[in-house]
Amino acid sequence: MGTYIPNTEKEQEKMLEAAGYKDFEDLFSCIPEGLIYKKELNLPEGKSEMQVLCEMEGLAEKNKVMRHVFRGAGAYNHYIPAIVKSVVSKEEFITAYTPYQAEISQGILQSIFEYQTDICELTGMDVANASVYDAGTAAAEAVNMCRDRKHSGCLVSEAVLPQVSGVIKTYCFAGDTPYQTIPLKDGVTDTEELEQLLSENSGTACVYIQNPNYFGLFEDVEKIAQITHEHGAKLVVGVNPISLGIVKTPGESGADIAVGDGQPLGLPLGFGGPYIGFMACRKELMRNLPGRIVGQTEDSEGQKAFVLTLQAREQHIRREKAGSNICSNEALCALTAGVYLAAVGADGLEKTALHCMSKAAYLKNALEKIGFSPVFDRPFFHEFVTECPADASLISAEMEQRGYLTGLPIDNNRLLWCATEKNTKDEIDGMITVLKEVLAK
Amino acid sequence: MKLIFEKGNEGRGLQLLPDLDVPEVEIAEGMKRSKKPALAKVSETEISRHYTELANRSYGVNNGFYPLGSCTMKYNPKVNDLAAGLKGLTDIHPLQSEETTQGSLAVIKELSDALCEINGMDAFTLQPAAGAHGEFTGLLLIKAYLHEKGETGRTKIIVPDSAHGTNPASASMCGFEVINVPSGSDGCVDTQALREAVGDDTAGLMLTNPNTVGLFDKNIKEITDIIHDAGGLCYYDGANLNAIMGICRPGDMGFDVIHVNLHKTFSTPHGGGGPGSGPVGCKEFLAPFLPGHVVEEKDSMYSLVRPSRSVGDVKVFHGNFLVAVRALSYILTLGKDGIKKTSQAAVLNANYMRVMLKDTFDMAYDETCMHEFVMDLSRMKEETGCSALDFAKGLLDYGIHPPTMYFPLIVHEALMAEPTETETRETLDEAVRIFSELAKKAKENPESLHAAPQGTPIGRPDEVAAARNPIVRFMAD
Repeated sequence: MGTYIPNTEKEQEKMLEAAGYKDFEDLFSCIPEGLIYKKELNLPEGKSEMQVLCEMEGLAEKNKVMRHVFRGAGAYNHYIPAIVKSVVSKEEFITAYTPYQAEISQGILQSIFEYQTDICELTGMDVANASVYDAGTAAAEAVNMCRDRKHSGCLVSEAVLPQVSGVIKTYCFAGDTPYQTIPLKDGVTDTEELEQLLSENSGTACVYIQNPNYFGLFEDVEKIAQITHEHGAKLVVGVNPISLGIVKTPGESGADIAVGDGQPLGLPLGFGGPYIGFMACRKELMRNLPGRIVGQTEDSEGQKAFVLTLQAREQHIRREKAGSNICSNEALCALTAGVYLAAVGADGLEKTALHCMSKAAYLKNALEKIGFSPVFDRPFFHEFVTECPADASLISAEMEQRGYLTGLPIDNNRLLWCATEKNTKDEIDGMITVLKEVLAK
Repeated sequence: MKLIFEKGNEGRGLQLLPDLDVPEVEIAEGMKRSKKPALAKVSETEISRHYTELANRSYGVNNGFYPLGSCTMKYNPKVNDLAAGLKGLTDIHPLQSEETTQGSLAVIKELSDALCEINGMDAFTLQPAAGAHGEFTGLLLIKAYLHEKGETGRTKIIVPDSAHGTNPASASMCGFEVINVPSGSDGCVDTQALREAVGDDTAGLMLTNPNTVGLFDKNIKEITDIIHDAGGLCYYDGANLNAIMGICRPGDMGFDVIHVNLHKTFSTPHGGGGPGSGPVGCKEFLAPFLPGHVVEEKDSMYSLVRPSRSVGDVKVFHGNFLVAVRALSYILTLGKDGIKKTSQAAVLNANYMRVMLKDTFDMAYDETCMHEFVMDLSRMKEETGCSALDFAKGLLDYGIHPPTMYFPLIVHEALMAEPTETETRETLDEAVRIFSELAKKAKENPESLHAAPQGTPIGRPDEVAAARNPIVRFMAD
């Protein structure tokens, strides 16, 4: 019923005639007869706009929006400033393709250049690309960046978001890259084990850690960087961009590449996507970066101009010799992150980070008082793990029915909690009360 | 125009958060960053005007005709955006329980099923985030399948020389060696060359169909038979699916695995380069290897199931979910009839434009095309000195986004045009008039094309300087 074809059937008939075809059958006669699909597709009839919206609303209603979110684990519930949605709704941004024609794409190119600058500032690195798909693919691409003729393997800390290490592992299977994990000690990467593993595997190209790590704890990035470099490998650190409002940058700590998910920078939870993988590195590694990079130059009149640059790295030029196959990225999400960072500014980002930390500390104390004892006693950002006085999944399910998304059950008796600037004191206190009721049942 | 960092002033900003209502925690001195990041220091007014100015310096489908070949720049329906903006879809955590995410799981299931039907496949994953990501995923299925069969000696992927660069790059990322086969003079796969290329080291073939010169490969069944007889698998690059929906199905042509681009065929916006979505479909024997989780339905309850021999995850959660929402909304609107009509109209618009232009321009292949056609401007360049690039830049001054330039590589001075089905006859007629006027200009006043564009925010940028001395971020003085 609904199509977006403007030309009427009559007009189409005239166009067919003008182009020298009897009808559509004639037009498609270049397809071998035996391949023509003679049946009707087994799909419903088309619907009007009103019916479609109604049906989509019906699907949305089958989901339950959690009023109170205390879960992170790779997807974070942050405040999104009103200006963000307004800016990223502009059709010129939404409906454009990759900015191949620089003369009419200066707006998008400049927004990416500004985003690249933001990411460099946050991470303390020299160069950033225009984005990849998410934290997992950013991590996997970073591992690929470190490979050379003599070094190929990667060592991945066990305190990395499991989905991220999962993606690294998948890419390693694809590229026949050796993959090993680094054990933990007290919830953080065990530096002695790391040293041992690096000594045993002289061909290690890189070490991958996350800071703050999967359990919310701060890693000793400087020490890990030092050990890694002593063994001729590179250090890739996965970071949470909000934490970088206050936490020492990967650049300051000696990392070679910083990656992460930009979702906390203005993107909704969206059942997991679209998010955005950011990648930044030291300038020595610039030509190993995958994907689009926007550079500044001048036009024929000497005006400042932005273009896609260093394209000799990319698949459309180098084909099978390219370091990565990436073509489409997450440009609109990069724009979103850029607007978010402009709206909060450095002070706002620091405030957000401090609020996250402070609310998480308050939540941790409150939980401890009702029997959720913390598993680790170390500095943490906005996530932490507690024991659970009852079955973790059961508690989580009971609380979800009451509109509370608790910490994520990471095994039968432990929960990974998260608090952000959006969680108020009253909300936390309220959650504790409901939690007590559930426990008493 | 100024960068956002060159605007505003110290102390400006927005009031977004209330004061802290719990005791403030301090970060240990050794863990604190030494100085604040140099982000923008602007008010909301300045942000709003800055991005309006940037939007005015950008060009999307809604600004005008965008016949960028191989990118299917069709109109992006608004109802899809409304659907993707519903709170019940945007505000859902990816790690909520199945009980509270039945709506999201239904979206995934319904879209996967529809894609199976349209493509003649048995299973789909929505995890890949883009076309290239889909290629990577599809090849991984082939790799995992061959490994499980113990056929580790099958290390080569055959790719026609007309393929998108992502095809060979994806094969490389999956650890395969790439064997390029030349195209015949008809622009299609040279089946003789293909027969010579296959062997017991063949893992598979990647083929774009309709191919990158816009032609449906007549020998497609023979091609997939050659690969299967040699023990390899067939991968269908669905970048050009917009030409054949409801007309014929890749699964019926002998393909084992396919990716489709929701941001091309299924009308989701490109966002200036992304986010896209590149779902991968396959035949039943490959389904156990799919990445991530697939949605299964039992007693009208949906659940997430990890395929038994899954290759793992290619992305962190369930793919670019909100893009999938838009695609489902689109498919619901079109329905079985509308889907077929869409492809018919896409092919009609392309052929109409091709026929109207063919007396003025050399067509790389002068025959019925599918959804796009390739012009060869070699003769124009020889006779007038105006290249495909000059011609493309000339179009910018007429408010038309140029066709894809210099691709596919097998055609010199190529301009590949894909009008899509959402353009009116008047738009096509006007574009034909402008193309023809420019051809005349190339003869009469070639200098004007060398100097184009004149009416755009900037003139031609110096790309060589950009690459030689890369400035890839702003630095305050």
